[in-house]
Amino acid sequence: MPFLLQASSLSVKTDRLFLASVAVCAALLMVVVFFIVYFCVRYRRSRNPEPVDVEANTALEIAWTVFPLALFLAVFYFGWTNFRYLRDVPQDAMVINVTGRQWAWSFEYPNGKQTPELYVALGRPVKLVTHTLDVIHGFFVPAMRVKVDVIPGRANYVWFTPWLLGDFDIQCTVICGVGHSRMLSKVHVIPEADFKRWYFSDEPVPKLQPVSARVPAAERGLAGLLRAKECLACHSLDGSPSVGPTFKGLYGSRQTVMGPGGRSQVTVDEDFLRRKLSDPQAVQVEGYPPVMPPARLSERELDSIVRGLKGL
Amino acid sequence: MSYLDNEGAPAWKAWLTTTDHKRIALMYLSLIAPLFLAAMSLGVTMRIKHLHGGDFLISAQTYNELFTLHGVVMIFMFVIPGLATVFGNFFLPILIGARDVAFPRVNLLSVYLFAAGCALALFSIVTRGGAADTGWTFYVPFSVRTGTDVSLAVFSVFVLGLSSILTGLNFIVTTHRLRAPGMSFHRMPLFVWASYATAWIQVLVTPVIGITMILVILERFFNVGLFDPAKGGDPLMYQHLFWTYSHPAVYIMIIPAMGAVTEVIPTFCHKNVYGYKAIAYSSLGIAFFGSLVWGHHMFTSGMAELADMIFSLLTMIVAVPSAIKIFNWTATLYKGSIELTPALLYALSFVFLFAIGGITGIIQGALAVNVFLHDTYWVVGHFHYVMFGGTGFGFFAALLYWFPKMFGRMYNPKPAYWAWALMFVGFNVFYFTFLVLGTMGMPRRYYAHLPQYDTAQLLASAGAFTMVSGILILAGDLVWALFKGARAPDNPWGGMTLEWKTASPPPKENFKERPVITSGPYEFNPGRRA
Ligand code: HEC
Ligand code: HEM
Repeated sequence: MPFLLQASSLSVKTDRLFLASVAVCAALLMVVVFFIVYFCVRYRRSRNPEPVDVEANTALEIAWTVFPLALFLAVFYFGWTNFRYLRDVPQDAMVINVTGRQWAWSFEYPNGKQTPELYVALGRPVKLVTHTLDVIHGFFVPAMRVKVDVIPGRANYVWFTPWLLGDFDIQCTVICGVGHSRMLSKVHVIPEADFKRWYFSDEPVPKLQPVSARVPAAERGLAGLLRAKECLACHSLDGSPSVGPTFKGLYGSRQTVMGPGGRSQVTVDEDFLRRKLSDPQAVQVEGYPPVMPPARLSERELDSIVRGLKGL
Repeated sequence: MSYLDNEGAPAWKAWLTTTDHKRIALMYLSLIAPLFLAAMSLGVTMRIKHLHGGDFLISAQTYNELFTLHGVVMIFMFVIPGLATVFGNFFLPILIGARDVAFPRVNLLSVYLFAAGCALALFSIVTRGGAADTGWTFYVPFSVRTGTDVSLAVFSVFVLGLSSILTGLNFIVTTHRLRAPGMSFHRMPLFVWASYATAWIQVLVTPVIGITMILVILERFFNVGLFDPAKGGDPLMYQHLFWTYSHPAVYIMIIPAMGAVTEVIPTFCHKNVYGYKAIAYSSLGIAFFGSLVWGHHMFTSGMAELADMIFSLLTMIVAVPSAIKIFNWTATLYKGSIELTPALLYALSFVFLFAIGGITGIIQGALAVNVFLHDTYWVVGHFHYVMFGGTGFGFFAALLYWFPKMFGRMYNPKPAYWAWALMFVGFNVFYFTFLVLGTMGMPRRYYAHLPQYDTAQLLASAGAFTMVSGILILAGDLVWALFKGARAPDNPWGGMTLEWKTASPPPKENFKERPVITSGPYEFNPGRRA
């Protein structure tokens, strides 16, 4: 897995907090390191043969108690609110039972299908409820940032909405015997159409296309860019329904959106598109799940997408 | 006449029946040092294994036994007892001007219990089942079902716990009853404060692990079902019991190291420590809050969300006293006259590495992030920063500081500097890479790893080998000094605390005449204040 690959909505939230707290803590550390090194040089014996005792300064002592406390409490607070989000399963999540045993995983879908690897539809939330046949295991999908202990007598759960097509590792995280490090499996994120086709067929497992081929045929220009940015995983160009609204006829249409100021009506114009693309979670179209990931777009890419959508 | 003199008795008898706290300290050292090196070589073996992702060198079963034994030895036989039994035993009585600990015979008993505990754990390697393969945490139900000899391993932990309780009891009573005239609590050196706070944790929480280990044995032999949901038990109860001890235990490991570092820094700055009371009372603060945060090892276990929240909150709070100490140590350097001797270098490295251990703890203490990082190499990196970067480096700093006093010989500082460079660089390459591997999703206790981790695993191993070569150089330097080092003067560093006012090595019963205390412990510059 590439460093901090983000394959679910949870991953963005978790990483934001993780990186922010790394930054804050690293800054704090750098201050301490600076002073240690500076003092060791400035007050070395050869330069400063006469030491001086310094009275403790109450204001200083209080400051360096309160300041880290405030920082740590902030880290706690965001950890807690994000955790609430992690525990709060969307109503429409598909419930899949995960069973661990020494040393394999199996997945059971609501219609009774069973697979040794997990197949999920892009953009559709899943809730995984865990069971074990023997000892404790740990169910961990790094790319989705979810983990839960699989404990005898306890139905623990995790949920996520996958938003990248691909195959992601599942690893066991609780020592469970000699096969622990080989208790691996995969999450395969496939287009919803493929998932449905398999789900209602007799095939035991879906036939997997290579990740690059899981999106419909080659397109050029705007479509190429949208595809490269994974937009077409959730949006269609031809009016067909998907996870998110179709791009066809989008420009100039009237939409009901949920924004910071509550519900409102907007016309989709350049301004709106730019706003939506720079922070997808800030305004959300009603009637769709709030799962659009932040797109990493350069100014130029943003321009050409906005221009392209105008012309559709 | 020095305490090392056998006075005509045969050496084995003079040592094995001694009740002198200083000899007992050396008996501990002679057990702990080889155990540390042995467990280190187990760690190196694991790092060699990970040069290759698949089957290589050793079997998966052996690997699981290796990290379990490595963990058990490092935790229960090095970092938990290390500073308390070696430097605590040796210096706590001297630092308060006492002739010995309060119960010298109990002290001898506890060293025998300690030796017995170590022997039991090592013996489990050759019993039929083989060494335990559960990790040092012995989580049920795996620890109840596995065929390896978990019973012997947990019984060893039980016996070691007994020894730890007796030492703690001894230190509490010694601190209360045997201080020299004039030595009020606020005139005690900070190492004594730290040992005192630690002793309370030892006495209060160690019984919990003792009982828990006995319960595991009961389960293994009689299948009582305390932790078995089919019989109305709950595996999480084990985890609660285990961490009720084992989290406070990390403070048993770190507080004495903090205390030792607090002795080293003022001596080599030749000035009073900054914020004496803040440092003294923050030890007690850590001891208290540290007993209330065990649940942060269980955020992914599915316990109540309210409990998750409270444990996360308390975890943030317990970090504050540690931060206070770090700021106070740093401020102590201000306007000092700093001699960067090996002891001070290791002590400052302790501050840096422990700080990283602390902040990685804050980061993983945030609930949502913990869900991601729990049980990955991130956590392994974090606790090596705390336990090895912290306690380990603190142990080395203490050893380099007090070596001349304990053995009456000087070591050569040059190899100690070289060893430091290798250890410090190697350490960070090794364990920082572990942190990164964790964020890439590499789970802990894995024999095999997936190909995407190959490069980082290789880098971590390279760091480990560098670090270990540093450790070996340091060990060589000290062993050499033990036999060939120049005679040490009574006060080679210009220290102010009581151990520097007696001979090197100290005489039996420590002082020719009982010291009388008239000032605080670090009055290097009476009258020169800013
Ligand atoms: C994981 C699925 C997913 C991906 C990938 C995705 N989106 Fe979306 N998008 C949605 C959903 C669902 C909505 C509707 C809910 C909302 O507004 O958040 C949406 C809404 C939008 C809207 C607003 C539509 C309207 O009706 O006003 C635009 C514009 C948009 N997306 C563009 C993009 C672009 C450009 C990309 C690629 C950079 C992209 N999306 C990638 C799921 C996705
Ligand atoms: C103060 C010194 C040290 C302490 C306290 C310590 C402690 C531990 C503990 C508790 C574990 C976890 C065992 C388990 O998961 O059950 C561990 C794992 C490990 N340690 Fe150490 N250790 C120390 C030094 C070293 C050294 C010197 C090395 C190697 C050169 C090392 C390498 C490792 C490795 C490779 C693992 C295994 C990680 C895994 O497979 O999960 N450690 N250590």
